Amino acid sequence: MNTTRDQLIGTWTLLKKELLRFWRVAFQTVAAPVISGILYLLIFSQVLGDRLEVYEGVNYLVFLIPGLIMMSLLQNSFSNSSSSLIQAKVMGNIIFLLLTPLSYLQLFFAFLIAAIIRGMFVGICIYLIAIYYVDLPVKYPWFIFMFAFCGGGLMGAFGMIAGIWAHRFDQMAVFGNFVIMPLSMLSGVFYSIHSLPEVWQNISHFNPFFYMIDGFRYGFFGQSDTSPYLSLLIVVSFFIILSFITIRMLKSGYKLRN
Amino acid sequence: MKKAIVFKNVRKNFKQLKAVDGISMSIEQGEFFGLLGPNGAGKSTLINMMAGLVRPSHGSISVMGFDVNKDYQKARHSVGIVPQELVFDPFFNVREMLRFQAGYFGKDKSNDRWVDEVIERLDLADKASTNMRMLSGGMKRRALIAQALVHRPPVIVLDEPTAGVDVELRQRLWGFIKDLNKEGHTIVLTTHYLEEAETLCNRVAMMKSGKIVALNSTKNLLKEFSSKNLKVRLQKNKIQKIATLMKGDSLELEDDWCTFKLKKISDASRIIEKLNVLKIQILDMELIESDLENIFLKLTSKD
Repeated sequence: MNTTRDQLIGTWTLLKKELLRFWRVAFQTVAAPVISGILYLLIFSQVLGDRLEVYEGVNYLVFLIPGLIMMSLLQNSFSNSSSSLIQAKVMGNIIFLLLTPLSYLQLFFAFLIAAIIRGMFVGICIYLIAIYYVDLPVKYPWFIFMFAFCGGGLMGAFGMIAGIWAHRFDQMAVFGNFVIMPLSMLSGVFYSIHSLPEVWQNISHFNPFFYMIDGFRYGFFGQSDTSPYLSLLIVVSFFIILSFITIRMLKSGYKLRN
Repeated sequence: MKKAIVFKNVRKNFKQLKAVDGISMSIEQGEFFGLLGPNGAGKSTLINMMAGLVRPSHGSISVMGFDVNKDYQKARHSVGIVPQELVFDPFFNVREMLRFQAGYFGKDKSNDRWVDEVIERLDLADKASTNMRMLSGGMKRRALIAQALVHRPPVIVLDEPTAGVDVELRQRLWGFIKDLNKEGHTIVLTTHYLEEAETLCNRVAMMKSGKIVALNSTKNLLKEFSSKNLKVRLQKNKIQKIATLMKGDSLELEDDWCTFKLKKISDASRIIEKLNVLKIQILDMELIESDLENIFLKLTSKD
């Protein structure tokens, strides 16, 4: 009863359910963010495409693509875990998970991996569409993967924290509108922070999204606004801290088992 | 033999409110146990603590010998809970939902046959591929019962399973739950339908304000608190005199009805004879026997 095999089946079942959940509404969860990303690309390429060179030999359109991929990846990783939890709480069907022998670690890993997969899937879709039109270099694929994985994981864990904490959809919207959106828009997706006044450059260094975007972009161009190793250290640290908080919340049953 | 469920001095406080106040009792394996009480008595809190949905403030609960907090995984393997609310996952159909639920308990594809059997037995076969959103209330209720059974738990807890269910389905659910009990499952039932508890349960606990006010076999409870009353309708002009004429008998008057409280059943024939002797004509008559509902009201309404 509840052997390692049982636990693996339990975790896999929850992961499969979470993947199916977003796949059933793929038009909303995959197609919509991909179209948004492509629209950003179309608009900015028409307006600024060849007129700006951000890094040496990197025009604005090419510069923009990794940032947009990463922004979509981060937002969708967050959406997956947060929306799953808040919906289950509001609908009441969270009970079906809480009644099971699934441990807090099983819950954590299943939600986390599902969030990373959805984020990466959306990111890959944008990448595949973009490279059809633009020649995008890939200098350090390992960096690309590490930032995608850790960034998706960080946002998946953050989504779990939001989903556990919130008990209404409007509370969840606060995270999306007042935290995720401004931090991602002001993270250097659309610009290099070197083009900002010094004070804003300094402020940008307090934005964890900046390091995720900048490090991810380094994997493509081999150029970045700050050291990619510092970015990786900061992203991994945030990932560990948020994972620790999430695991503590799940273990204590905070706002779940009360 | 291990006890199916053991509650040891279980308390749950929500700020100042004592939702469950020092409950100790045990439920034997194979029992059909009823948990009764008015709204807010603490029944659902007690069940939620047993299911691990709420943590007790004090005391311990074990299911099939496994502590629900310290050994929660084994305890949860041992119990299937049918929640009171009609909750469902709107993304999936009945069969998918049941298979997922079984998977959470570590059941692989080899369990699918049992899932299909549960679907058959609960008459859900026609709706197995239907999204949960599209099911009627009665069908959703059956799906919830099926969900509690997919991992073959020895203990099944049904929190108001027949609330809002039509008479026909209620009877069918009763039959199904009785069969589960006959197969050896321990059943714990909370219900507002006292007729349901009286018909199905071997033993009942009545709760009020977080405490157990009665715990006994249904039979003993009926015996212990049973009372028989003889209710007779008399001519209006005689009804005022009856209290004087029948001195020594405990009685209550209401309009032209007089209710005699019987100490023993033979008192009924004595009273009828006495009324005949006094030439008081009986226009109508009924013998009232207390049922679980009367006992429930008696126990839960007194301060």
